[in-house]
Amino acid sequence: MLSIAADKIDSLFELIGSKQPLYLPVDNNSGKADFKKWEKGVKLSSALKTVRSAKDFFFPKTEHMVSYKVCGKEIEVEDPRKDVEDFVIFGVRACDAKGFECIDNVYMHMNPQDSYYTNRREHGTVITLACNEPVKECFCSTYGIDASLAKASGDVSSWCADGTFYFAANTDKGKKFLEAAASVLKDADDKAVEATKKSISEKIEKLPFAHLDISKLGKVTPEQMNKIFDKDNKTKIWEKASEACLGCGTCTYVCPTCMCFDVRDFATGTDKGIRQVRCWDSCMYNDFTQMAAENPRHTQKERSRQRFMHKLVYYPMAHEGLFSCVGCGRCLESCPVNMNIVKVIKMIQEAGEL
Amino acid sequence: MQDKLIARAKELLAEGKVQKVVGWKKGLFEDDITPAVFTTAEELDKDFVFNKYCKANLSKYLVKITREIEVAKSTTRMNNTMAKQRDPNAEDKPIPQAVVLVFLKPSDTYSFTQLLKENRITRGDVYAIGVPCQDTLDGGDVCENCKNKKPVSCDELIGIEADIEPVESARMAEVAKLEAMTADERDAFWKNEFSRCLRCNACRDICPACTCEKCVFDNNKLYTSQKVAETNFEESLFHIIRAWHVAGRCTDCGECSRVCPQHIPLYLLNRKFIKDINEIYGEYQAGSDMETKPAMLTFNAEGDPETTIVYDRSHDKEAE
Amino acid sequence: METKESFIPYVGKIIDIKQETPDVKTFSVVGLDGKKLFEHIPGQCAMLIVPGVGESMISITSSPTLETHMEFSIKKCGCVTEWLHNAEVGQQICLRGPIGNGFPVDTKLKGKDILVIAGGIGIAPVHSVVNYMMDHRSDYGKIQVIYGSRSMADLVRLEEMKNVWMKQPNCSIDLTIDRAEDGWDGHVGFVPPYVTELNPDPSMTVIMCGPPILIHLSLDALKKLGFKDEQVFTTMEMRMKCGIGKCGRCNIGDKFVCKDGPVFSFDQLGELPPEY
Repeated sequence: MLSIAADKIDSLFELIGSKQPLYLPVDNNSGKADFKKWEKGVKLSSALKTVRSAKDFFFPKTEHMVSYKVCGKEIEVEDPRKDVEDFVIFGVRACDAKGFECIDNVYMHMNPQDSYYTNRREHGTVITLACNEPVKECFCSTYGIDASLAKASGDVSSWCADGTFYFAANTDKGKKFLEAAASVLKDADDKAVEATKKSISEKIEKLPFAHLDISKLGKVTPEQMNKIFDKDNKTKIWEKASEACLGCGTCTYVCPTCMCFDVRDFATGTDKGIRQVRCWDSCMYNDFTQMAAENPRHTQKERSRQRFMHKLVYYPMAHEGLFSCVGCGRCLESCPVNMNIVKVIKMIQEAGEL
Repeated sequence: MQDKLIARAKELLAEGKVQKVVGWKKGLFEDDITPAVFTTAEELDKDFVFNKYCKANLSKYLVKITREIEVAKSTTRMNNTMAKQRDPNAEDKPIPQAVVLVFLKPSDTYSFTQLLKENRITRGDVYAIGVPCQDTLDGGDVCENCKNKKPVSCDELIGIEADIEPVESARMAEVAKLEAMTADERDAFWKNEFSRCLRCNACRDICPACTCEKCVFDNNKLYTSQKVAETNFEESLFHIIRAWHVAGRCTDCGECSRVCPQHIPLYLLNRKFIKDINEIYGEYQAGSDMETKPAMLTFNAEGDPETTIVYDRSHDKEAE
Repeated sequence: METKESFIPYVGKIIDIKQETPDVKTFSVVGLDGKKLFEHIPGQCAMLIVPGVGESMISITSSPTLETHMEFSIKKCGCVTEWLHNAEVGQQICLRGPIGNGFPVDTKLKGKDILVIAGGIGIAPVHSVVNYMMDHRSDYGKIQVIYGSRSMADLVRLEEMKNVWMKQPNCSIDLTIDRAEDGWDGHVGFVPPYVTELNPDPSMTVIMCGPPILIHLSLDALKKLGFKDEQVFTTMEMRMKCGIGKCGRCNIGDKFVCKDGPVFSFDQLGELPPEY
């Protein structure tokens, strides 16, 4: 175990951040935290969560995919891909780190591999930070995610206890990071870390949603899936879940596991160049499945149902029971009308014999 | 207060005067209230809540609900006509009447009136009950604004008087601070704020003034169509265009800023427009009554500035 | 970067355009080197990209046994297809592909009697599998095609059906049009009741492609004749963007139509949520 005094953490940031891009949670002028690139003077936020998740670093809001040059009948294709610079993300919570795994399953481990995402993942070093003060909206423990980082998470796990930051490498990339930081780190025993892990686990057990009942969800049979789908609207779950929903997409954008995107073309000016860009998209938008002939999900009810069933049923069915929700609680905090996945899970649970 | 509202809603339902109630529903905690539609007394007893967290402005949901009521009516009328064409002795099916009860705080009633003026809501399908503004948690000047508004267009009031004592309002103070900045400082301020924008569209979707069937930003045939913005310019474009589109119709309800997941102070932009409209075209509050002509839709030959390409306020100051 | 990234398209050239019906044209496409761009399995699709206009997922109409080029029979119904219909020979376009799973020509279809039911432009994806079977004739049993369209002029690639398919041993084509017209002495009526009338043997394996209503009603007709879900295959149509199972648009249940489909048997469709 390596350590550094909390009031000296800036020297660690300077050591690493002066050599490669380093991102960490920083307070912005609305009083919340967002990941920002380190530069001299930037201070680590003490907030539990950033407003957006850390998926931005691997699956950015917009990404340039291909360039075209059109001249008369001829088209030239330009491959804009470059090796991304090595970078470090500091202060990622266990929930966000688990979210990477959900996206990895689709973007990296399903053929064909997405090279843009994969390149970023290969060049990114993730330093996770244990959650000293989980809040009532957190429910990562429902999915077996450990906010105290007793389970290895990310390339380096870190804890802040007794005015000291402690680090333990989980991967080769993590070891390299700690070697690069060796000049500011000291050896330490893990007593304080073990005490912190214990105290965090106790706090988590007291949270209202520590163990939501998800027994009806996950990798289910097609019959069970149809019952939850409720085509004939017997349970009225999806009607109730969607009646206030604006279809704005906020939940999708703050979620660590949502990964749908749209592909759009942009003309780049007078050089007849066209840039094809992918950008975040949400299945809650009304044009998501719009076709020339019809829109199969033509009301908000179908779209809300799709989003929640994808996260709680379809994704686990396709990925060995892994849920596409990590219990970070951001949808609870950000939804304009306070609809969220916990309410839906409870509605399904309370719908009686499904 | 909550019990009074539930009782009144149950009464109106039982009398058949309303068929649906639009109100606020209990959440998992005290503060995560969701707008909801209630149709039975049991649902009201179980879930209806009215407390200081009921910030949500319910007027916009009436657009969709009253549209459904009107469509049901016109479909029945059309079917009756067609049935008569096939058989002159056919009996007319009764036109389904439905009324929806809605609870509106004073600020909400202004959005409601604005929507009525724009013919987005059918007045006869709504029974509006004015309720008092609740001091909300991060209150601030949204509440101050609400307190400066008297409940308008309501069928009845519960817990609130028809006339109010206006409160000294400092709502333009922050706007004045922005105006005092240099153009570069202001540019830097807004670029910084908009850099957090996700284009989640929550501001547009919650705004009672934004009710276009096909938003200009969703129309793929136009160059303004966009999802997540790629550049700073695009980020700003959405907010500036939206502020222009709602200018003169924005009632300053503050919902846009409340719902923004990145806490961008959008209300400052809209307030700047309101301040300018007040100064250039005369004091105007959108949605304050049904009679006043909308500021941006009327041309006053006497007072309005002559249309030139650019209106430069420095001329006025010189004239002073 | 060395890895072939599915998002970077090929550049192809249109070398021939043929007007099949008033709103359907067949485009022949090769790479800039004059050779076919890529190999495919019958039933697979390609994403045709017109930079600045848009992209469209189109099934590859030609069979992989056609060695010189790829053919796309495309109906004009949106901005990309309209642009293509106005294009001239020599126009370059971009392609991504092959996309999807194709028909199980080497597994579930091999050695079987095949019944093809199609309507309108739905005959396009089916062309690739029928031509493939024609070129491997001894691997398949009887081939029967039931094809209907709005009118005589809307029967796509009729010449090929009359002059090539009908001349093959143990092949039959049954055509129908929606309404009677001069010059047509064939069957008149919609496809589903025609299927019932023709009373095909329920031991055949079925491939269906056409508008959703045709598929629903034809499936009902087939079930009444004794066909089972696992014998009937169809290609599903959904909005697609990436074509490689990432963007989420075509996600239905635990499947992506672009990757796990678009060809599904009806018992596979039965396991998906009843959204369509």
